[in-house]
Amino acid sequence: MTETALLSVEDVSVDLPTPRGNLRAVDRVDLTVGAGRTLGIVGESGCGKTMLSRAILQLLPKKAKLSGRVMFDGQDLVRLDPERLRKLRGRSLAVVFQDPMTSLNPVLTIGTQLIETLQEHLELDGNAAKRRSAELLAAVGIPAPEQRLMQYPHQLSGGMRQRVAIAIALSCEPKLLIADEPTTALDVTIQAQILDLLAREQRRRHMAMILITHDLGVVAGRTDEVAVMYAGRVVERAPTAALFKNMRMPYTEALLAAIPKIDAAPHTPLPAISGRPPDPTRPIQGCSFSPRCRYAAGQCHREKPSLAAAESADHQYACFHPIEIAARVPA
Amino acid sequence: MMQVTQPSPSHDPLLKVENLVVEYAVGGKTIHAVSDVSLQVARGETLGLVGESGCGKSTLGRAVLQLRQAVSGRVLFDGQDLTAMHGDALRQMRRRVQLIFQDPIASLNPRRRIGDIIAEPLVISGVKDPERRHELVCEVLSAVGLDPGLVIGRLPHEFSGGQCQRICIARALVLNPEFIICDEPVSALDVSIRAQILNLLEDMKARFGLTLLFIAHDLAVVKAVSDRVAVMYLGRLCEVGPSEQLFAAPAHPYTALLIEAIPVPDPDVRPAESVPVGEPPSPIAPPSGCRFRTRCPRAGQRCSDEVPELRQVAPGQFVACHHPLIAAG
Repeated sequence: MTETALLSVEDVSVDLPTPRGNLRAVDRVDLTVGAGRTLGIVGESGCGKTMLSRAILQLLPKKAKLSGRVMFDGQDLVRLDPERLRKLRGRSLAVVFQDPMTSLNPVLTIGTQLIETLQEHLELDGNAAKRRSAELLAAVGIPAPEQRLMQYPHQLSGGMRQRVAIAIALSCEPKLLIADEPTTALDVTIQAQILDLLAREQRRRHMAMILITHDLGVVAGRTDEVAVMYAGRVVERAPTAALFKNMRMPYTEALLAAIPKIDAAPHTPLPAISGRPPDPTRPIQGCSFSPRCRYAAGQCHREKPSLAAAESADHQYACFHPIEIAARVPA
Repeated sequence: MMQVTQPSPSHDPLLKVENLVVEYAVGGKTIHAVSDVSLQVARGETLGLVGESGCGKSTLGRAVLQLRQAVSGRVLFDGQDLTAMHGDALRQMRRRVQLIFQDPIASLNPRRRIGDIIAEPLVISGVKDPERRHELVCEVLSAVGLDPGLVIGRLPHEFSGGQCQRICIARALVLNPEFIICDEPVSALDVSIRAQILNLLEDMKARFGLTLLFIAHDLAVVKAVSDRVAVMYLGRLCEVGPSEQLFAAPAHPYTALLIEAIPVPDPDVRPAESVPVGEPPSPIAPPSGCRFRTRCPRAGQRCSDEVPELRQVAPGQFVACHHPLIAAG
């Protein structure tokens, strides 16, 4: 990456107090996203990917403890005063959630919500804001935008609501869009439409994007770089093509192998990962994937491997026994 | 009414659905959930049923079990018409057909212990001896990969989603059924757990000689377990065929669209740019003729005038389309 990073997450940890003890949701994560680039964050439920996005947005639950720095466009969001943070969010830092109803207000019309955002952040007058709102709805592929402005969220389908949420997120020309499982609640054909829409708008606006998903299939064709998370940590990080061609972390490999392939014959047994992710309130000594890992040996159970680069500077992984390229299990 | 003459791969269909119609009344309007669907599942076969939300696939599954009243049509299980059965006869029949749901946690009573949850079907079906029940519960728990000693006395909230799905599978298996309807059994599970449960279902099928109707929206998941696949759109069947053939050469434009829309975990495969715009119309007022025509790139005048009937285009492959992607042979 030649550009300086737009976002840089530095040594960020998130701790949540629970009745069963401290839960370390995010464990010392470092990440960067350059302007106009797309970073995919992949992992299963409970791996910390959503908490990490909340940490970036400074939208953590009240009881959560955050440490580290989140440098965005030259300022540390962790130490920014609430008023300036509020101005920043929605303006240059936008988010799209899995369930569009999380961000849409059910008792306000689509138009009110869009116009309010535009007036608040861009100080447009009523008519200009209304015109801009209709343009935005048209840009995200909503037919008859003028009529839609007068409708309430419940009058739209799930796919249409997600388009509206995207229109609101894009309304103030953000520099970074965080899309947290934006298509998980949608049907496959609608999922493809929404991912296309995000990609198109991103290219057009030269906007940076973080695409959070549990689906390696979604990141494969649509990101520049991928970070794989497991048990709160980034365990492998590489440019997308390099990651899929040459994955080194056994978890990444196992995750890919566990996906049913459309070109495999029916009744082919899937190479499942045995066991399940560790309980985050009971930290594991050593590598947190070691109890499920087919390559794990003595050191893996005692020491935590750190995320480090080996062959090339931009491909990092946290593993003592990385997969040798020749010894790969066919996916 | 169209008459479907689909030869099944084996000549012994365990389940035959004939011209099934299911409708719901909602606020004075009628939802056409399942419209004139016919299909059959051979003994020992897995039939995958795919489609997007609202296409009627779950309603069809429920109507098979008579949990939804059909407006017309017949459901023949092992030669007997379930739609004509009531009371005890239907209850006896239902022991042979079980159902597994999408949300494993919601389908277990949170206040009951696992041992009791799994023993319940046995109680209902008249296994009076508690020791015999205990024995059967332990057997089925071991079969699904859980340690009975550790599981029986605990409550559902003490288990993860994947383990709860194992428990649901155990409950479905405890009466030794012949047929299981799996309604999106893995869509609520993480990738690594999903593979475990799919493998488990395959093992159980082989071990207990089961026949499955596997309902899901994920085509890759369906292909992984199904011998044949049926595709539904807005209440109607679009296409039925052997899995490999249907995926290699889909005949219905909707099947092709579904296959194209699957994200492929390979950065060298460019995502399809040609995904048609638009969304499924409302099942309250489905389009005339072919219900897919409003989103179909191949639609013509005939598609709005005439409902396409299922016809064979390749051995075992049937399509309901006026302009199929492969010509009838």
